[in-house]
Amino acid sequence: MVTAATAAPERPRRRSRRARREALIFYLCVAPWVIGFVAFTLGPMVASLYLSFTRWDMLSAPEWVGLRNYIKIFTDDPNFYQSLKVTTIFTLFSIPLRMITALFLAILLNEATWGVDFFRTVFYLPAVVASVAAAVLWTWILNPRFGPVNGALGLLGIQGPRWFSDPNYALWGLIIMSVWNVGGEMLIFLAGLKGIPRSLYEAAEIDGAGRLARFFRITLPMLSATTFFNFVMSVIGAFQSFDAAFVISTARAGTLGGPAKSTLLYMLNVYNEAFNIANMGYATALAWILFAIIFVLTLAIVRSSSLWVYYESERR
Amino acid sequence: MATSTTTLSRTGAGRLPWWQSRRFQMWIHHGVVYLLLAVLSLLFIFPFFWMVTSALKPEHQIFIWPPQWLPDPIRWENFREALGNPLLPFDRFFINTMILEVGMISGRLLSCVLVAYGFARLQAPGKDFLFTVLLASLMLPSAVILIPRFILFSELGWINTYLPLIVPAWFGEAYAIFLMRQFFMTIPRELEEAALIDGANTLQIIGRIIVPLSLPVLAVITILSFKDIWNMFMDPLLYLNESTKYTIAVGLAYFNGQFNVQMNLLMAASVVTVLPVILVFFVAQRAFVEGIAMTGLKG
Repeated sequence: MVTAATAAPERPRRRSRRARREALIFYLCVAPWVIGFVAFTLGPMVASLYLSFTRWDMLSAPEWVGLRNYIKIFTDDPNFYQSLKVTTIFTLFSIPLRMITALFLAILLNEATWGVDFFRTVFYLPAVVASVAAAVLWTWILNPRFGPVNGALGLLGIQGPRWFSDPNYALWGLIIMSVWNVGGEMLIFLAGLKGIPRSLYEAAEIDGAGRLARFFRITLPMLSATTFFNFVMSVIGAFQSFDAAFVISTARAGTLGGPAKSTLLYMLNVYNEAFNIANMGYATALAWILFAIIFVLTLAIVRSSSLWVYYESERR
Repeated sequence: MATSTTTLSRTGAGRLPWWQSRRFQMWIHHGVVYLLLAVLSLLFIFPFFWMVTSALKPEHQIFIWPPQWLPDPIRWENFREALGNPLLPFDRFFINTMILEVGMISGRLLSCVLVAYGFARLQAPGKDFLFTVLLASLMLPSAVILIPRFILFSELGWINTYLPLIVPAWFGEAYAIFLMRQFFMTIPRELEEAALIDGANTLQIIGRIIVPLSLPVLAVITILSFKDIWNMFMDPLLYLNESTKYTIAVGLAYFNGQFNVQMNLLMAASVVTVLPVILVFFVAQRAFVEGIAMTGLKG
């Protein structure tokens, strides 16, 4: 009794000394990230918010202009609307095509019994290649006169388009390129497919469900969480795409987003305002609007997810 | 006779006609799967094939119609001419890119191991808040901080050096920290407790217990980082403005932008840009897949 009474008050104190020591080590451990986050992310964010209310060419001091940048963006900037339109079209077409392709490839790989390693590597390979190299390569594949794609179309008696030189087709070239690069999404779908218990399919088969019924009643619902993840990441990625359009448009048409601003993706417009025109305040305002768009879209997808995403944990 | 065969087939092994038998259906199914896989993999591989053959063609064979499928003769000099361009020294670009690879990967591994260990094992007030911030920072579009970061580095006088690329890597990277933390949490605590009793400090525990047990996840992060750094475009484009400092990807973009560039030389340069990263992936494939599987299974 006596020993227990004397030991009791001492225990929490010793524990708290140990806890304080542990906390100190924790702060030392995470210090690199915290410092880096403040210096390279949080600080720049605050600065960027401030700059978006200024006019600044980087030569003289930033001049406070209030909401003028934002007002100009919405009322008097054809490039803003053009880039928004281009980015929206790009996203609307590239994401469904990519998701369907990635899912289809993953299902095929999941059904295959041998050579899976080989085929998985083949489909993943484009994801390893630098976006610059991919862009250079695809301008050659889609070369209007000597490229194999128009060559194949020619064999079918179809006059192929001029692709990256034609404002009506340049964006389609980018969309085709983006579909070639679905390896990452495919791997995630494949992991999702592996997680579906075989017993579900066996039970469905006993009940006489056909292949299509099994796909729509089991595979798709069980993959909805994976699809959701891929979907969110693709939307965020699509709205920020830059490299390929930059490389193709500067080389082909000589201007960013060319020909005729048909590939002026949102980030190209931001880059142009910031680093070609040195309109830093205006460009940061554009960047914040992009942030708002991505944020609202992500939120909308997350909110809608309760309607179509099925989580195993919710079943219980 | 006729009746006896029907009864036989009804009662015997072949209840269904052979084309409806399970084995035959499986066989057809696999046939379709492999046919589709073969066709699609040809489509995915074709651009690479076209790049390599174009890189080996004499110029007149590149611009002919119908296309020449295979180079004849094979012109290896394309590589020398493409890479020996004095305005675009690709050997220099290669060294520059490797400097960034080493400088960034080592920094990222060191700092992320430390941070991830903290989040995985240690308790402190504010830990959950910091972790939430870390996860939220994964979602932040880089566009928002692009310009102020550029201004910060130009104020520091770091433009046209590798510092804007290498220094941030030494302060950790949210994605890698998250991945490592998930892995560290699966390592049994008893191992560390034994070391603690022996009087080991945190750094010793990380170095002698955590790191050796985490090689798969460290390999995954190294391979992914290698690829990302090799392919990085916008950052070096912004921060480097002297051609002797360019990386491979930026060098190729400038090569592409050159007026009247020869397509076979451009393709040779592309092959050089693409090949090393593909090789790394081929060699590291097994470690990569295993590492992903391990993090995915346990994490």
